[in-house]
Amino acid sequence: MTRIGLIVNPLAGIGGRVGLKGSDGIETQRRALELGATPEAPQRAALSLLPLFQFDPTLEVFTPPLEMGETSVRQAGFAPNVIGGIRPSATTAEDTRQAARELAARGVDLILFAGGDGTARDICAALPAQFPCLGIPAGVKIHSAVYATNPKHAGELAAMFLQGKARLREAEVLDLDEAAYRDGRVNVRLYGTLFVPHRPLLLQNQKMPSPESEAYQAEAIAAEVVEQMQAGVAYILAPGTTTRAVAQALNVEKTLVGVDVVRDGELIAKDVTQAQLLNLLETMPAKIIVTPIGGQGFLFGRGNQQIGAEVIRKVGRGNIIVVGTADKLRALRMQPLLVDTGDTEVDKLIEGYFAVVTGYRESMMYKVVA
Amino acid sequence: MKHETKKLGAPKAVAPKPALRRFHQARWDEPIIFELSVAGQRGVLPPEPEAAVVEAAGDVFDNLPESLKRKSAPALPEMSQLHVLRHYARLSQENLGVDLNVDVGQGTCTMKYSPKVNDQLARSHKLTDLHPLQPLSTVQGILEVMYKLEGMLKEISGMDHVTLQPGAGSAAIYANVAMIRAYHEARGEGGQRTEVITTSFSHPSNGAAAKVAGYKIITLPPDADGYPDFEALKAAVSERTAALLITNPEDTGIFNPRIEEFVNLVHSVGGLCSYDQANANGILGITRARDAGFDVCHFNLHKTFSTPHACGGPAAGACGVTKEVAPFLPTPTVEFDGEKYYLDFNRPQSVGKIRPWYGVAPNLLRAYAWIMSLGADGLREVAEIAALNNNYLMHNVLKIRGVSAPYAKGKRRVEQVRYSWEQLTNDTGVHSEEIGFRVADFGSHYWLSHHPFVVPEPMTLEPTESYSREDLDEYARILNHIAEEAYTNPEILHTAPHNSTIHKIDQESFDDPDAWAVTWRAYQRKLKK
Ligand SMILES: Cc1ncc(COP(=O)(O)O)c(C=O)c1O
Repeated sequence: MTRIGLIVNPLAGIGGRVGLKGSDGIETQRRALELGATPEAPQRAALSLLPLFQFDPTLEVFTPPLEMGETSVRQAGFAPNVIGGIRPSATTAEDTRQAARELAARGVDLILFAGGDGTARDICAALPAQFPCLGIPAGVKIHSAVYATNPKHAGELAAMFLQGKARLREAEVLDLDEAAYRDGRVNVRLYGTLFVPHRPLLLQNQKMPSPESEAYQAEAIAAEVVEQMQAGVAYILAPGTTTRAVAQALNVEKTLVGVDVVRDGELIAKDVTQAQLLNLLETMPAKIIVTPIGGQGFLFGRGNQQIGAEVIRKVGRGNIIVVGTADKLRALRMQPLLVDTGDTEVDKLIEGYFAVVTGYRESMMYKVVA
Repeated sequence: MKHETKKLGAPKAVAPKPALRRFHQARWDEPIIFELSVAGQRGVLPPEPEAAVVEAAGDVFDNLPESLKRKSAPALPEMSQLHVLRHYARLSQENLGVDLNVDVGQGTCTMKYSPKVNDQLARSHKLTDLHPLQPLSTVQGILEVMYKLEGMLKEISGMDHVTLQPGAGSAAIYANVAMIRAYHEARGEGGQRTEVITTSFSHPSNGAAAKVAGYKIITLPPDADGYPDFEALKAAVSERTAALLITNPEDTGIFNPRIEEFVNLVHSVGGLCSYDQANANGILGITRARDAGFDVCHFNLHKTFSTPHACGGPAAGACGVTKEVAPFLPTPTVEFDGEKYYLDFNRPQSVGKIRPWYGVAPNLLRAYAWIMSLGADGLREVAEIAALNNNYLMHNVLKIRGVSAPYAKGKRRVEQVRYSWEQLTNDTGVHSEEIGFRVADFGSHYWLSHHPFVVPEPMTLEPTESYSREDLDEYARILNHIAEEAYTNPEILHTAPHNSTIHKIDQESFDDPDAWAVTWRAYQRKLKK
C-alpha cells in the first residue's frame, strides 16, 4: 500500500501579498493578517494533490489536522488519516517539525510539504537523513532547490516518484535572514540538504543538472583540488556541497554548513570559529577552498563569516581556491561574485578575476566585486 | 561567356502567405534491426561452387593463419533483402533533415544544401573503386583533387599549409592542438605550457580536444556585450599558456572586432592561437584567419563546404597552419613535384596520423566540386547571402512575442543568432525545449544550445544561404504560431510533440552511464539483464 504524508505551513507566503518580503516570525504573521492577507498555502497544497488523486485515489494520505493538511487533503478528494494535534490559527514552526517527525516514523513513502525556505528548513531539521520529500511552492522566499516549479508539477512529480519514474537527488536548503532582508540586506545561508525526486522540467531551476551529472561535476572538481593539494598545508574548507565533495574525496566527513580544516588528507579541525582559524594560522601555512553560496553569489561575507577578513588577509589572495560547478556559475547568469567581509581593504584585495575550478583540469575566469 | 537568360516576363504578384503546413510524421514502431533477425533467413544464397572450381581452389580456409579464423560466426542479424530495405526505408521516414524540411533550426551546424551532382561524382566508380594502398601512379586524379583543394583552402584561410586528414571538426581541432603541443615541445617549452584558454561561446569541442591532449582548460566568460571578456584573458594568460582556442563569430553570431588584440596578447606570452572556423559560412572571402594573426585554424568541410554531415562520420575536416607550425603536420602530406603527385612520409617532426589514410576522399571530392562550381566570387556571395538571410530571419523572429536576442543590441549578426525565450518562459511557464518539441509538429527541427545554458531558454537559428525567403518566412511563422499558443494554450506545448514519430524522450537517463546503450550488445548487457 502506497502512503504519502502532507504538511502545510498555512502561514507560508502570507507576507508576500502584502509586501512583507517573507512570513517568518509571529509578529510578521500578525501584521500580514492585519494587512488583510489570507492563507493561500492550503489551496496550493490541494492543487498539488489533484494529480495524485488522478494517479491513485486509494493512496493513503497521512496529515496533521485542519489547515496544516487535512483541509487540503479532503479538498483534493482523498479521505485523510489525521495525525497529531494543532492549535488552529496559531500553528508554529514546531508544529511543522513535529508533523515531519511523526510522518517519518510512520514510514510514509514520500512527504509533500507546502511552504517556502523557512518551511524547508524546518523539514530539514526534523527528517532523518535522505528521507524522500518534495516542496510545494507556497512561500515568499524560495531559494532552496527542493521545490517543484508549481503545485501541479509537485503532484505530477510525486506521482512519478511513486511509480519509480523519478529518482532522488540531493538538493540544498537555503534561506535568507529575513530581518536583514527586510532592511534591504541579502544574506543567504546554506542550512542543509533534502532528498527530493528529480525530473527535468518539473523542478524549479529548469536545466538543473541531473542527480548524476551534478554529482559527477562535484567529484571532478574534488579530484582536481585534491590532486593539487600540497603536503603540510592546511586547507580551510568553507561551507557547501561542492566543498563537501572535496572532503569526501579525502574520505573525511565535512560539516556541511560549517568550516572544517584538513591537512595531509586528515581532518585537523571541525566546525571552527574565526578565532580558532586565526590560532591555527599562527602555526602552519594554509589555503582556503571556498564556493559561492546560493543564488546571490557571495564568495565571502555571507554564510561563511568564520572565514573573516583577518583570516583572508593572513592566508593571502593567491591561496584562495574558488570552486563551483559550471551549472552553479550559469545560475548566477555571469553576474560577478560578491564579497563583503566588513573590511574594505580585504574586499579590495579579493576583487578581480579568479580561475574558478569547475571540473577536473577545468576552470572558468570569473570576476569578483565588492 | 555569359549565357542569355530566358526572359520570364513580369514577376507574378506575390502570393498570399500560405497557412501553416499540416504535417504528420510516419510512426512505424520499428524494432531494432537485431530484434528483426530470424535464424536462418538470408539475403543472398550463393550457389554451390562447381566441382572444377572446388578442385582448383582446394580448401581456401587452409591457407588462412589460425589466428585470423573466427571461432564462431559473427552475431549479425539474419534477414532477407526485402526486410533490410524496408527496415531502413521506414527509419528514413521517421527522420528530418535538410533534404526534407526547412533546417534552419540546427544552429551552429550550417545546414546547407549538399548538391546532388556532387554526390554523383563521389559515387562514381572512378572513386569508389579506388583503394588507398594502390600504387600512387594509379591514383593521381584523387591526389590532384586533394592537392588543389588544399591550395584553395590556403587561399581562403591565408595559411601556408593545409592538411585534409581529419575526419571531422573535432578531429581537426585535436590535430591543431597536437601540432601546438609538438611546437612547444620542439622549443623545449612542452613541460611549462600546460594551459589552453577558450571561451564560453566557442564550440565545446575546443576545450574537449585540448583536454584529451592533456591540457588544463581555462574558459573566458562573455562580457556584458557578449564578447569574450578581454579583462579575463589578461588575468588568464601566463607563461603556462599553450594556446588560445577560439571561435569567431562565436555561437551567438557576434563577430569579435577586437580579435587581433586577443591574438596579440596570447602571442606576447608565447602562446599560439587557433581559430575554429567551423562556422566560416558568414565570413568566406571576407576575413581570413591569417590576417587576424592566427597560427592555426580549421574548417568543417561538412558545414561551410556543403559535404554531408554524416551524423557522427565520416564528415571531413581541414587544418590550416603557418609555416612555423607546418613541420608538425600529420603524416603523410600530399605533394606535387611538378610532374606527379606523391605522399610525403618523411616528416620527422610530424604529430603522426590523425586518422587512417589521407582524408575522407568522397567528401574531399564533394568539397572540391562545390568550391569549383562557385569560384571565388561565388564563395563571397555565399557568405553575403548567409548573413543577409540570418539578419532577415532575425528581424522577423524578434517581432515574435516573448523572444529576444541577448547582447549586441541593435547590431547585426553574422551567420547565426542565439535567441532567448526567457520572457516567454516567465510569462507562460513554457520552456524553450518544449517549443522545440512543438516545432516538430510542423515538420521542422529546432536546437537549443550547448551546455551550460549561458543564454537562458536558448534557441539557435542559422539559416545559411540555401533557404529562400519563403522558407525563412515559413520557419518564422511556425515560431510565431507556437509563441501565441504558449500564451493562450500552454498545455499544447507541455504535451508536445503531437504529430511526431516519438512522443517524448526520457532524457533522465542521458547522464547515467548505467542506462546508456549505444550498441546492441551494451543494450543486452545493461538493460536486458
Ligand atoms: C564552431 C564549431 N567547431 C567545431 C565543431 C565540431 O565539429 P564536428 O561536429 O565535425 O566534430 C562544430 C560542430 O558542431 C562547430 O560548430
